[in-house]
Formats: sequence, C-alpha cells, structure tokens
Amino acid sequence: MSTTRLHRALSSDHQPAPPSALSAVLTLGWRAILKIKHVPFQLFDVMVFPIMMTVLFTYLFGGALAGSSADYLQFLLPGIVVQTVMFLTVYTGVGLNTDIQRGLFDRFRSLPIWQPAPIVGALMGDLMRYSLAALVVVVVGLVLGFRPGAGVPGVLLAVALMLVFASAVSWIWIIVGFLVRTPESVMTTSFLLLFPLTFVSNIFVDPATMPGWLQTVVALNPVTHLTTASRGLMHGGVAAGDVAWVLVASVLVTAVFAPLAMRMYYRER
Amino acid sequence: MTLAIETRGLEKRFGDTAAVSGIDLGVERGAVFGLLGPNGAGKTTTIRMLATLLRPTGGSARVLGHDVVKEAARVRAKVSLTGQFASVDEDLTGRENLVLVARLLGFGWGAARVRARELLEAFELSEAGGRQVRTFSGGMRRRLDIAASLVSRPQLLFLDEPTTGLDPRSRNQVWDFVRAIAAEGTTVLLTTQYLEEADRLADRLAVIDQGRVIAEGTSRQLKASVGGRALHVRVADPEQRDRAWALLAHLLGDELHPGTEPDTLFARVTREERVPDALAALTSNGIAVREFALAQPSLDDVFFALTGHGADDETSEEVA
Ligand SMILES: Nc1ncnc2c1ncn2[C@@H]1O[C@H](COP(=O)(O)OP(=O)(O)OP(=O)(O)O)[C@@H](O)[C@H]1O
Ligand SMILES: [Mg+2]
Repeated sequence: MSTTRLHRALSSDHQPAPPSALSAVLTLGWRAILKIKHVPFQLFDVMVFPIMMTVLFTYLFGGALAGSSADYLQFLLPGIVVQTVMFLTVYTGVGLNTDIQRGLFDRFRSLPIWQPAPIVGALMGDLMRYSLAALVVVVVGLVLGFRPGAGVPGVLLAVALMLVFASAVSWIWIIVGFLVRTPESVMTTSFLLLFPLTFVSNIFVDPATMPGWLQTVVALNPVTHLTTASRGLMHGGVAAGDVAWVLVASVLVTAVFAPLAMRMYYRER
Repeated sequence: MTLAIETRGLEKRFGDTAAVSGIDLGVERGAVFGLLGPNGAGKTTTIRMLATLLRPTGGSARVLGHDVVKEAARVRAKVSLTGQFASVDEDLTGRENLVLVARLLGFGWGAARVRARELLEAFELSEAGGRQVRTFSGGMRRRLDIAASLVSRPQLLFLDEPTTGLDPRSRNQVWDFVRAIAAEGTTVLLTTQYLEEADRLADRLAVIDQGRVIAEGTSRQLKASVGGRALHVRVADPEQRDRAWALLAHLLGDELHPGTEPDTLFARVTREERVPDALAALTSNGIAVREFALAQPSLDDVFFALTGHGADDETSEEVA
C-alpha cells in the first residue's frame, strides 16, 4: 500500500461544521436520483404492468365498456396514472428496508445530521420517481390517442394531486419497511393492500353497474376520489369536492402515520 | 485525561434475550482494543450501544468523555462506525458513496469530491471508484466501508468484524490499514471472532461470551493464564511417531496428543526445563526430528481454558 498517500488521507484535519437540515435532505435526495440513474429498471418494471393494462383494456374491453376504444382511453388513462403512482409508493418502504438491512441506516444515523433527513431525502427522491413515471404513462397515453381536454396545466395539476396523496401513503410503507424483515416481504405486504385499493375503485369501470354493497366500498375508497379528481383536472370540469376529499385524506393519513413512522425511527436506537 | 471508552455494567435486553449482561470496559485513548467472542456473544450489540445506535437497557457508558445516551450527538460527532456488514450503497459507485458521506459531514461539493479522490487513492480503489459497488469484491467493499468511516478524522473508530469473510490477502491488507489508522492516533475498538486477529492488532483485549466479559488483559497476559507452553513436534518419518511419542511422554512426564498430520505430536509442557534433554534423547535414539517448537498457547487455547468450549463451537445462543 502507498503509505504516504494513506498517511496524507488519514491525517487530513478538515472538519467542517455539520450540514444544515436542508443540505442533508438535498444530499440524500441526490442519492435517490443517482439510484434512478444507475438502476432505471426499478422504475420501469413497475410501469410495465400499468402500461400493459392500458393497452389490453383499451383494445379488448374499450369498445364494450365505452362504445369505442378511443373513448374508453379518455376515461381510463387518468386512473392508470393514479395506479402507476400508487404502485410506486411501495418502493419507499422497500428502499428503506433495504437500507436498514444493508446497514446503511446505521451509517446515516451515526452521522451528525438532522436525524429525519434520510427518510425525508428518500421521500424527495421518490417524488421524482413518481413524476417520471406519471410522465411516461401520460406520454404512452398520448401516443395511443389520449387527448386531455384541460391540456398541460390540467395534467400537471392532476399529477401534483397524485404526488400529494402518494407521499401521504408512502408513510404507511415506511412503517411496513421498519416492521418486516426483508424488502421482499415489504413488497408482498404492500401489494396485498394496494391491489384491492386500486382495483376496487372506479379506475377501470364506472361503478354504476356494480352491486350496491360494492358501490359503497368503491365510494369510500380514496383512490376512487383521486381518480375522479384526476379525470376532472385532466379533462376540465373540475370535481372540486373530490379534490378537497383527497387533500383532506392526505393530511389525515400523514398526520397519523408520519409521527408513527418517526417514532419507530427513533425507537430503533 | 479521560478514557476513550468507559462502561459500567452496560446491559442490553431484547425482550427476553439478554444480549449484553453487564459489561465493564476501560479503553485507553490511542489504543487498539479487541473485543473477542464467538457468534452471538454480544459484540455487535455492545458496539452499537457505544456508537449511540442502540439505547442501553442498563448500566452506563461514556465515550470520549460523553454519555452515550444523554450526549449522543456529541459522541456521534467524534466517532465513526464500520458495521459488521458493509454499510455502503450497492447501487452507487465507490466515489459517489464517499461523496455522499462527505456531504453529510458538512463538506461542500468540491471539498467532498477532493476528499473522495484522496481516500480512493489511499485505499487502492482509484480504478474501481467509478464502478457500482455491487460489482466490488468483498475486500474492496470492506476497504470502501472503512474509507467511508474515515472521511472526517474520527477520534475513535469502531470496527465490527472487519475481516470476517475475507481471503488471507485481503485480511492482511485490512490489518495494515488498521495499524496505519492507529498510528495516526485514532483509538480503535474492533470486534473479531479470530483469535489471531486480536493477537496481531490489539494492545489489550477483552474476551466476551454470552454477554459478559470473561477475561481482560494483553494477549500475553491472557495466554499466560492458560499456563504451560505448547510443544509441537514433527518427525521426519511418520513410522517413527509412536516411538517418539512413548519416549517424550516418559521424559517430559506430560500427556502427548497426536497432531492433525500423521507425523506430528503435541503436548502442553508443564516442566519446560526437561525439553532440551527430551530433544537430545530423540536424536540419540535415531529419531530424526524435522520440527521441534515450543510456542505460546494460542488464543484458541485461552478461550478453551476460559469457557470450556472452543471459540468456534456451536453454542446454544448461536443465531444464524
Ligand atoms: N434486534 C435484536 N432482537 C433480538 N435479539 C437480538 C437483536 N440483536 C441481537 N440479538 C441477540 O443478542 C445476542 C447478541 O447478538 P450480537 O449480534 O451482539 O452478537 P455478536 O457477538 O455480534 O455475534 P456475531 O459474531 O454473530 O456477529 C444474540 O443472541 C442475538 O440473537
Ligand atoms: Mg456481530
């Protein structure tokens, strides 16, 4: 080994002051973006499924459900974007769990940083991931013939609403990430909840033809409100009630689960 | 000057399991201190409490003069931990990992990049620095992990099993790095299951088993506590081993054991003064001797003498 280099590296006395909370969060957000760059597959493998569904549903059932595939696509696509983003939220928990298992969290926690920074930074990176995924699905939709009546601003507002709801839901998966042993079980547990949440909703069909009890369930599902709100925002004819409903639900979910997650984070110690 | 580490009755329970049950340690500043123990002894738990990652359930610990519970942040600012499993981000490159840690220590972007390059060079990772860590070998990963712990100069470095799973060459390399780090004045607390490693690196060591310190001292003191040096004999012709066996047993008055190979013998010598005559007797009886060595007992022997079971025996506490 080169002793002079080693000596120089080891005797360096540069000891800066600890970073501010914002700087720590931004650095950890940078890490999340690097991960998207190095492992883009992680972003795309969850998107294959929604895109496949879009194509299949549009051309297989579109005609039967809405008269024509083109009309059905206008109905379906906003919901598919919602579904994609919802599926991606699982990766917040998976990533956290992986970091804990790999001992990375130990390293972060032994650094003199604002302690919640690793979680907040990861969430920031996740928002980036959600936006990217939403963009890809919308572009696929446009190629297939999706024509949002409210144009770019409408689509952006809808995606913004989805991000708000998604970051609230992410806190639930963060808790799952703390509780279970492996990243795989975070995935299984979370999808067990996400599948009914996204399918028992109005993403694919208008609930009017469903049995009464199911209509009640669908109406209570926050994903239904998010989908209605997104449709409204994308096509014009805003469903203000649904937007408000989603915002309130997001605040409630965050208010309950974020403090719980932070408690677990500190308790680990 | 206060001690680098001072613990009193340090304890950690996980529900019904007592992982650490009352550990008293005193580690001098600037020393390399070894915590030696088998799987499940409580090494990692002890180190994590000292590094403020786990809250003790009993007793107290001061690290560099600060209480690990009440002044956790001050402890964190002065120590670094290299955990048992390389705590680096597999998806990032080696360089990005070091920049990340430097940024989280408060380095500006430019300074962080300079520091990363310096450390990659020092730890012989310059060439691999641009590759994702998932492509690194175990030894490279370990080196990167240690480098990440040295981005800012810690006063105390915790190394949890730094060489477990490494091949002999990588292990030697890590040992060299640990010596160099200690030579710069950093106190090092390392845990290991390897008796040889503790012997080679540590000025003082504590043997822990089932959450308790069962012996403490320099490795020389610990070996002396076993009593009796080990005699290893290798005869030129395996056919003659039995004759040598009988002769030595008679002359030394100690029990002899066959070694692992057909031409070796082993004895714990209680009367060393008889050894020269025994060697002479072998030659005069026409038994050619290829090796005849009186060695210090190994730490393995120490462990056996202390616990009644070998260091690598399966214990009931053993957890995968
Ligand atoms: N989070 C935990 N929950 C429950 N028990 C635990 C936990 N962490 C450690 N233990 C138990 O505490 C005991 C000591 O574990 P520890 O990891 O400190 O041992 P170790 O000496 O580091 O072992 P190894 O050489 O295998 O790393 C073991 O019996 C282990 O099962
Ligand atoms: Mg351990």
